[in-house]
Amino acid sequence: MNPESTLVPAGPSATAQAPLDPGALRHDFPVLDQEVHGRSLVYLDNAATSQKPRQVIEAIERYYRHDNANVHRGLHELSRRATDGYEGARARVAGWIGAAGPSEVVWTRGATEAINLVATAWGDANLREGDEILLTEMEHHSNLVPWQLLAARTGARLRYLELDDEGRLRLEGLPPILEGGRVRIAAISHISNALGTINPVAEIARLVHDAGGLVLVDGAQGAAHGGVDVRALDADFYVFSGHKMCAPTGIGVLWGREALLDSMPPWQGGGEMISLVERDHSTWADLPHKFEAGTPNIAGAIALHAAIDYLESVGPERILAHEQALVAQTLEALRAIPGVRLFGPPRAEDRAGGVSFTMESAHPHDISTILDAEGVAVRAGHHCAQLVMKRYGVPATARASFYLYNTPDDVERLVEGLETVRGIFGS
Amino acid sequence: MSEIDRSTPPLNSLYQQLIIDHYRNPRNSGELPDATVEVHMRNPTCGDDIRLQLRIEDDRIEEVKFVGEGCSISQASVSMMTTLLKGRSLDEALAVARRFTGMMHGDGDAAKDPLLGNLRSLAGVARFPVRVKCALLGFDALQECMKRTQQDGTSASQPSPAPE
Repeated sequence: MNPESTLVPAGPSATAQAPLDPGALRHDFPVLDQEVHGRSLVYLDNAATSQKPRQVIEAIERYYRHDNANVHRGLHELSRRATDGYEGARARVAGWIGAAGPSEVVWTRGATEAINLVATAWGDANLREGDEILLTEMEHHSNLVPWQLLAARTGARLRYLELDDEGRLRLEGLPPILEGGRVRIAAISHISNALGTINPVAEIARLVHDAGGLVLVDGAQGAAHGGVDVRALDADFYVFSGHKMCAPTGIGVLWGREALLDSMPPWQGGGEMISLVERDHSTWADLPHKFEAGTPNIAGAIALHAAIDYLESVGPERILAHEQALVAQTLEALRAIPGVRLFGPPRAEDRAGGVSFTMESAHPHDISTILDAEGVAVRAGHHCAQLVMKRYGVPATARASFYLYNTPDDVERLVEGLETVRGIFGS
Repeated sequence: MSEIDRSTPPLNSLYQQLIIDHYRNPRNSGELPDATVEVHMRNPTCGDDIRLQLRIEDDRIEEVKFVGEGCSISQASVSMMTTLLKGRSLDEALAVARRFTGMMHGDGDAAKDPLLGNLRSLAGVARFPVRVKCALLGFDALQECMKRTQQDGTSASQPSPAPE
């Protein structure tokens, strides 16, 4: 698919170490070119969802204008094109994340659905009373609740890796938990959405594997910021959502080692996932279709392909370095504001994405309302990470999160808005 | 006439000095040991949290206290509400609650009604729809208190689980 791409071809030259130019990249994102409440929009809510470049929007439009048909069914030309685009996207994802092949890539609605798939299909077949599931205090609710449900169904027990004061996982807590030999799976985030912490996933995976457990990595933030290499991470499952990385909502990926996926029973039943259907039983399609019941999000998969092409043309390492520079600028500026409390690791190199903070005088919701009035979009709340809020004794934080199109000027607009907050609430 | 106003509401219509004052110095804050009814309400999406305690005798609110945590709008609203409730009958308190809810949904007459006292300073919240539920949290707790009082006589009830 994507025949007449206007993109710079991905390759070693694209990821050269020259810093990226967010001012130029911004022009690829039509939504950024608008005023909100009389000021030019500053979008700092990227950890919630990213904006979409025209290359992705055009891929969706091209598909619906020229190629729309159901996949794997029709013998006609349009169905062939739709299938090629859909399966081409799968192959693109497989190559991009370092999968052994496309059969290891299962399409889902997003990271949440992918985790639910594993917790149900793998979990129900493999866990029993007395087994343990290892989570961390920094997980997003989407990587907590499916495991809580699994524990309630099977009698398995939830264990937690705790956070230190600077938003890092306390790895010294890992050996005592693993010593019991009961951890069957560890589900950990690659990058924390609430704190920005980049976790030492490979190190954790090695220890969990040595103790006989599997590792699922929640890459909802990880895939968007710096790319993924599932083999280097030594994961068994890796999940992510398209919408956090320039693709639309409603498309996501479950990657799993082929032998594992193969051993798992199907999750949902329906068309597409079967081989033969008889009156009282059926046989399953081969991987990955065994896990894809019903007509899938074809346009979403094709758009994710375009998004990966786009991100590769910019260079994931450059995107991460750019974000870290903005994080460093933000940390420095916010440290200078009286009454500001920062969450997460103090050094920008240890983090990606965003900066969570509170102000002594103003609640995060008030901060967010005031910033919005100045055209600056941030998130305020618990960021679907209530365990993190509890750990640090706050009901909520404000969070400014960055992506490739954000500029140092955006950070200045944030700081300017926080001065307005202090003007209203004092410090 | 009924055209929706899509202009940018000015921040100073939201954050009036009186609101900031009640946020910083909440009135009737603390525990009420001889409360006859108590309701704990949270807005889980933003962490606003209010525990409202009333002492109701003969269908009259004799005393009211609250313990709260949250944004300026939720805390100022409940603080102002408590100053209006003391000594009022349950019917009068319900009238205040209904009038205030009307103001939050854009009723301009309610915003001028002396019945609402200081609460009228919150009229600007109606133009920030995402904040309306903050302003209403204390009133939700009040209405739940009154409902329970009417349901089970005057016996003190246990804190409720969070709504939603």
